[in-house]
Amino acid sequence: MNPVNYLQILQLAAPETIVTLTVLVVLGADVTVLRGKSIAARFNIGALLAILGCASAALLAFMRHIEANLFNGLLVVSPSSDFFKVALLVLTIFTILISTSGKFTDHVGEYLSLILLGTIGLMFLVSTEDLLMVFIALEFASLALYILTAFNKHNEKSAEAALKYFLFGGMSAAFLLFGFSLLYGIAGSTNLREIALGIAGKGFDPLLLVALVTTVIGFGFKVAAVPFHLWAPDAYEGAPTPSAAFIGSGSKVASFYVLAKIFTLGFIGAEGSAAYHNFLSGWTPVIAIVAALSMVLGNLTAIVQSSVKRLLAYSAIAHAGYMLLGILSNTPVSASAMMFYVITYALTTIGAFGVVTVVEEATGSDTIANFRGLSRRAPGLALCLMIFLLSLGGIPPLAGFIAKFFLFSAVVNAGANLGLLWLVILAIAMSAVSFYYYLRVLKAAYVEDAAEAAPAIQVPLLTFLALVLLAFLVILFGVAPGLLTQFL
Amino acid sequence: MNHWLTILTLVPFLGGIVIAGLGAERKNLVRGLALAASLVGLGGALCMWLHFDPKSGGLQFVEKFDWVPSLGIQYFLGVDGLGLLMVLLTAIVTPLAILASWRMDDRAHVYHALILWLQAGLFGTFTALNFFHWFLFWELGLIPAFFLIKLWGGPKRGPAATQFFIYTMVGSVALLLSFLAIRLATGSFDFIELAGMAKSGVLVTKLQAAFGWKNIGLIIFFGAFLGFAVKVPVIPFHTWLPAAYSEAPSPVTMLLTGVMSKMGVYGFLRILLPIFPEQIRAVLIPLLWLAVATIVLSACAAFAQKDIKRMIAYSSINHLGYCLLALFAATAVATGVNNSDLQKAAALDGVLLQMFNHGLTASALFLFVALLEKRSGGLRGLDDFGGLRKIIPVFTGLMGISIFSSLGLPGLNGFVGEFLIFKGVFPLAPWAAAVSTIGLLVTAIFLLTLIQRVFCGPLNERWAKMPDLTTAERFLVLPSIALMFVLGIWPQFILGAVDATVVKLVQQLNF
Amino acid sequence: MLAWTIYITFFGVLVLMLLPRDNARAARIVALLTAIAGCVVAFVGAIQQANPGEVTTIVKVPWIPSIGANYYLAADGISLVLVVLTGLAAVSGILFSWNIEKRTKEFFAFYLALIGGVYGVFLSFDVLLLFVFYELTIIPKYFLIARWGSTRKEYGAMKLALYSFVGSHLVLIGLIAAWVVAKGQLGHASLDLIELSKVAFPVAFQHWVFPLVFVGFAILAGMWPFHTWAPTGHVAAPTAGSMLLAGVVMKLGAYGCLRVAMVMFPEGVREWQWAIAALAVAGIVYGAGVALVQRDFKFVIGYSSVSHMGFVLLGLATLNTIGLDGAVLQMFSHGIIAGLLFGVVGRMVYDRTHTRDFNDLETMQLGKLIPFAGVTFVIAGVASMGLPGFSGFVAEFQVLMGAWSVFPKLTILSGVGILIGVAYTLRAVQKGFYSDAPPKSVDHDHPFEPITIAERFGAVMLIGASLIIGLFPGLLMNWIEPCFNSPLSMFARLLVKGGSQ
Repeated sequence: MNPVNYLQILQLAAPETIVTLTVLVVLGADVTVLRGKSIAARFNIGALLAILGCASAALLAFMRHIEANLFNGLLVVSPSSDFFKVALLVLTIFTILISTSGKFTDHVGEYLSLILLGTIGLMFLVSTEDLLMVFIALEFASLALYILTAFNKHNEKSAEAALKYFLFGGMSAAFLLFGFSLLYGIAGSTNLREIALGIAGKGFDPLLLVALVTTVIGFGFKVAAVPFHLWAPDAYEGAPTPSAAFIGSGSKVASFYVLAKIFTLGFIGAEGSAAYHNFLSGWTPVIAIVAALSMVLGNLTAIVQSSVKRLLAYSAIAHAGYMLLGILSNTPVSASAMMFYVITYALTTIGAFGVVTVVEEATGSDTIANFRGLSRRAPGLALCLMIFLLSLGGIPPLAGFIAKFFLFSAVVNAGANLGLLWLVILAIAMSAVSFYYYLRVLKAAYVEDAAEAAPAIQVPLLTFLALVLLAFLVILFGVAPGLLTQFL
Repeated sequence: MNHWLTILTLVPFLGGIVIAGLGAERKNLVRGLALAASLVGLGGALCMWLHFDPKSGGLQFVEKFDWVPSLGIQYFLGVDGLGLLMVLLTAIVTPLAILASWRMDDRAHVYHALILWLQAGLFGTFTALNFFHWFLFWELGLIPAFFLIKLWGGPKRGPAATQFFIYTMVGSVALLLSFLAIRLATGSFDFIELAGMAKSGVLVTKLQAAFGWKNIGLIIFFGAFLGFAVKVPVIPFHTWLPAAYSEAPSPVTMLLTGVMSKMGVYGFLRILLPIFPEQIRAVLIPLLWLAVATIVLSACAAFAQKDIKRMIAYSSINHLGYCLLALFAATAVATGVNNSDLQKAAALDGVLLQMFNHGLTASALFLFVALLEKRSGGLRGLDDFGGLRKIIPVFTGLMGISIFSSLGLPGLNGFVGEFLIFKGVFPLAPWAAAVSTIGLLVTAIFLLTLIQRVFCGPLNERWAKMPDLTTAERFLVLPSIALMFVLGIWPQFILGAVDATVVKLVQQLNF
Repeated sequence: MLAWTIYITFFGVLVLMLLPRDNARAARIVALLTAIAGCVVAFVGAIQQANPGEVTTIVKVPWIPSIGANYYLAADGISLVLVVLTGLAAVSGILFSWNIEKRTKEFFAFYLALIGGVYGVFLSFDVLLLFVFYELTIIPKYFLIARWGSTRKEYGAMKLALYSFVGSHLVLIGLIAAWVVAKGQLGHASLDLIELSKVAFPVAFQHWVFPLVFVGFAILAGMWPFHTWAPTGHVAAPTAGSMLLAGVVMKLGAYGCLRVAMVMFPEGVREWQWAIAALAVAGIVYGAGVALVQRDFKFVIGYSSVSHMGFVLLGLATLNTIGLDGAVLQMFSHGIIAGLLFGVVGRMVYDRTHTRDFNDLETMQLGKLIPFAGVTFVIAGVASMGLPGFSGFVAEFQVLMGAWSVFPKLTILSGVGILIGVAYTLRAVQKGFYSDAPPKSVDHDHPFEPITIAERFGAVMLIGASLIIGLFPGLLMNWIEPCFNSPLSMFARLLVKGGSQ
């Protein structure tokens, strides 16, 4: 093993480093220069600093084209992982932008830094091929997310949600660790590629099955797939809306990226088959079941929600189900289709939560009834909401549609002899169901009138810009998906 | 290429549009224009009558060019003796109907426009020789008639109009389906061409080839038969008629019975007979029974009526029943009958004459009913009157002539037609002709009853002040009465023109 | 040229969105001008197309190369017919909704968005693009009904949207499966309709995937028993909405059936031919029968649409040239006539009387109060029952002719449907306009607003279109026929072993 070259580490981890520095700057500025200023001012200036940091980190990650593998896969830098870092940073920027109008906390500096810290964890998550590092990065990011969930001190639900999230998260970490340790035991390595080699040729033994199931359970919690989803609706509802947006976007992108990596790299040879005419035990049938359950339960439960945030939470569960299809079909095309899906979904979901934030700030709650008359009270906002929700529902020409098309066609293409078609049929049927609840929200916004002569809603400029930009991206990636697919 | 027939059809059609656009206020202008348009039609028809070459049995005034080539649809107009006769009848009855409704004030512009459109539809039907636009006019006539009944009819006009329309449509749809099948098998909509195919037997072969059913010819025939049978009407498809005739305003009834009912018989002659002779022959006996039943039952039904209008309506069915009888008999394979061609020609001559005569007489009768209703304030029950002959002698006399014409008194027009029919039918289908004479008898009875109950007997005091026919009204009925005499004495006037056509038709039937 | 119909219409949407909120007049004029421009472009473009029998490419640029999707707009004769229909329907719909006062600008924005999507569907020759436009129409439909409709509008709108969505998802499943199989056969990914129309999909595959795609589209065409969205949707929709629904949106479904499902899976069609025909005839008879007993005027028209669309499906099921000709012509004809009927009932009658209940209308003698409406309805009704002289006749005539050779018994049964059609139309004419019921005292101080110029224009335009096509069907047949007749056309495979003779 080569001696450790810290400069090289610094160079390879430069984006992460920049974000870390940004955290310090934001915290420092908040306690020094911005002391005594209004919350709005602190938010705006803090956000500006954070965004600057993220943007420069993203620029750096985007511009450099290096390929490196440090410490036997502990730190892997490649154009692909760099692209995901860019995506994560962009998502973070948008999350910060929609937070700026928040009145839920006066600990502005801490709030922003926690988001950035979470981002750092996620960034490390996507640039590793080592189980240990995966675990550490995941927990690092999760810790930030737990706190972010609890950040709304005016709302009891926030603390409750955070506790629930924390307990479930802790449990999932335990499962994950257990699974990882078994894998290590079987293969004698924590490196994914070496694990694959270790598994190969050993046949399918019970120990591997346990490792597999516990890993699935662990990640199932992280991505909120049924039946490990119970924390999600409460966390989304209780958390400050921008935090929920972050949980639903950035953390999801990273989790899916690493999930795909673990299964497709680490479990080569243990795929099994989920094709309806050729069911073989392995990890794909396990994921197939989880995916199917998520799609069905997520969508059906979303129908009856009255809180828009809960509705989005259940829809997130359903979308996790769709995305899992991309993992289980296990081809390069389906993996990139899945990543396209995750990224566009994350953008859309931040947008949707952004609109919810504004409405919640203006009307005091996020029930569907509070969206009534939105098209009159804030036409621009309503239009953005429509674009986001329709994209989530999979209406062309928005990104959500083309993502579904990519994903589903890749999945069908993956299974020999249309074997995975049953899952796609289920997914498509369920996405038809999902249309109903998205339309319910839009109906309130566009069809129903506000209860009384409700005043127009003032949309904070920064947030609005962010939303318009997001909406634009959602349309852009729908019309010209090539702009994004070239990186995947 | 001449465009006589197109112009003839367009005149009333455009006239109707102009009149409808005039508005409800200018009533006199509306009436004047309507009358003028119908007189132009009459003039045109007479002109054609004069230019018509009676020696040729073929089509004249032919207009033919491609319309929708891809569907085998041609714009194909032409008349032979049969068509011309019907055109003339239409041209005569329409102005009479317009004159008879001279005092009609309620939405006069719509009313007159509808009448003119009805006339256009009739002209079109009688001149079209390609199924496509023949059917167009066939249906076009229906809509004005429906509204004339529906909007200006008697108290039960709603159901009457609906019944009329639906019944006719049932027939039309059956007819349409039949012709679509024929078109599919043969690729042609041309009546003349189809008749040629029928004569050579190609038609049935083609139909069977296209559908693979052995009896397809018969099925198609029944479809087409239904279309015309409703229109004539043949019992048991007649139930729309009494209601429609009696609820329609009398001038409209004149048109309905005078001309529209002829559309059915015309269809039999122009379409069914030439195109489906074999099929008719195959089910000849039941068809003859149908004709006989139509004749006898309708006469009996007329006898049972208490309403003058309904009575004449049923008698209308009866009269057209003779036409059908003759039609069907003419297709019989008459082995063992001397000069069967001659007999057939006589029967068909009789049919044509009967059609014209009935158009004339029945419309005259309804005209008289209209005049009577005007005087009685709408009453027209058989028992509402009595002894009218004493106070309105001229009316009585002239209506009497019409009634006698209707029951076939020699010397008047009705006689010649019925005589020729029976003369032809007796050798061809003796039993049917024999049973049908019951119809003649019953007709005589109920028409005489009509005269007796209305005009004779003790005077109903209520009508003591009833005015006789005015001068205008006398002039109105004069042409019809005159024609009744003329045709009664000199039937050759018509026979001469149609004879060649009939001979050709008979040839068509013999193979 | 024709592609500009799409661009102009969506440009109109943009302009409308930028207009000030309360200027209803400006919104109307912008919408009307946009629609007229689209209509004119459609006409000119259609006439300019030299060879309607061939697919003439308008624009074809790579869109998403990885899945073989192109931005591929083109037109053949069938597209031309339907594009022209869309143009006419768009203009007349705006004329009939001139009196929309509530949020006029948004109304017309949704309206034009719908129209733009419809143009797009008819001109797309890339399956994905077609599907994109197809789904694009769902949202405006929903909002037009839910926001500006009447009578259980939210229910009707949601039902319509969900049915459409379920249908389009069935299509999506089929398309994805077909895409995968085609990729295997062609060796490269393709979504090009022309290319796909030449792929020989395995027969067994066609047998199950065809019904999926066909039914998916046919839901929107109102195929029985998936028609139930149609009456409720039509009734709930605002006048222009129902005009468009019946006029063009139902055509989208039928068009999809023909252009996508049938062209791609000819073996599938042959396998299911009888079932389609049976359902079509069931729709014809059932729709007419139910229309006969409705009390709500608009329901009569709504169910009549189901019945008339049955003829389109029947024509498609014949798989012979004349039946398909008839089906396409019937799409045009029904688009015009149904638009007119809804215009009369929704705009002329309902907006004035505020009732559509026959029991109320019977006492109003509308034939005398608003004679123009009465006459228009009579003409539209006559056209709708398929009397000759109007477009409906020529269309149904060909459909029936085509059907005779394949399904003689079903054809006779559909004759019954025509008859019931006559009956319900007459009933509507009588009850709606020329009733004999004793009139209620009319409020002479507040007479009905006279028929406006816009309404007159709209009505005359549609009547004229129906009449012209009825008398000179060759105008459209010259576009439609070559599409089916040419041995090189994408339909050739469909007709080769077709059930005729």
